Amino acid sequence: MNARLTDAELVARCRAGDESAWRELIDRYSRYVHAIATQAFRLSDADAEDVFQEVFTRTYTRLGALRDDAAIRPWLAQLTRNLCLDRIRESSRTTPAEDVDPGGADETLAQLDEALTVQEALTRLGDPCAELLDRFFCRDQSYRVIGDELELPAGTIASRLSRCLTKLRAELEGRNDGVQPSGGR
Amino acid sequence: MNEDRWHEERLAELLALLRPAPPGWIRAAEELPSLRRTLDDLVARAEADAAFRADLIADLEQALAAEGVEPSPRVVEELRNRLEG
Repeated sequence: MNARLTDAELVARCRAGDESAWRELIDRYSRYVHAIATQAFRLSDADAEDVFQEVFTRTYTRLGALRDDAAIRPWLAQLTRNLCLDRIRESSRTTPAEDVDPGGADETLAQLDEALTVQEALTRLGDPCAELLDRFFCRDQSYRVIGDELELPAGTIASRLSRCLTKLRAELEGRNDGVQPSGGR
Repeated sequence: MNEDRWHEERLAELLALLRPAPPGWIRAAEELPSLRRTLDDLVARAEADAAFRADLIADLEQALAAEGVEPSPRVVEELRNRLEG
């Protein structure tokens, strides 16, 4: 497994102009930012795209002002939240906006935060489990597509997914004992 | 900690919450460093050369396209703001 940079290391490299680190930062947080905009605040695709680009533009231009490099995750969450609320306020000036239930948004934000913790554990787990679980649960790929693309018998996908979930759980509980996903690519 | 916090069914639900952002959004975000450099360069040239500045302001979209930058409304607006700032 590749050594994964901490958030603080990643931010420091981005600030130093390392473009591969910048791509890694986007890879690490793009799903989270996207999900906050589309699920917690239910923005339209066009508004969500604007917020998404604005979040990363501000991140890129303001990395130097970040007080704690390790706190990029809550900083991004707060920035995305604020920009989503701005967007909703702007929309409500011209058209009657549906009420945004702050309680509902907060609950979804908490869920997304947990989901990101699971994604980070998935990254630590590495392939083949990371790719298998991502394809099935995050990208909605069928057993057949996964089997074709990973050259695995489709009949074995379900059992592999089950074993990988068990392994992911162990990783999250800090007791990864090397449960094998049974082969892999 | 609740021992069922990370049971497999819940893990599956949480995994499904973080779907990939559209590839075009990611590509645009990845290209921010080169976009910054291009805009910085255009602004610097405009500050040093009045004729260039006039041509630039006359057709921002064309100037950006000539630099290999897609002249999206967001980028055009940012360049305009920087030239006026």
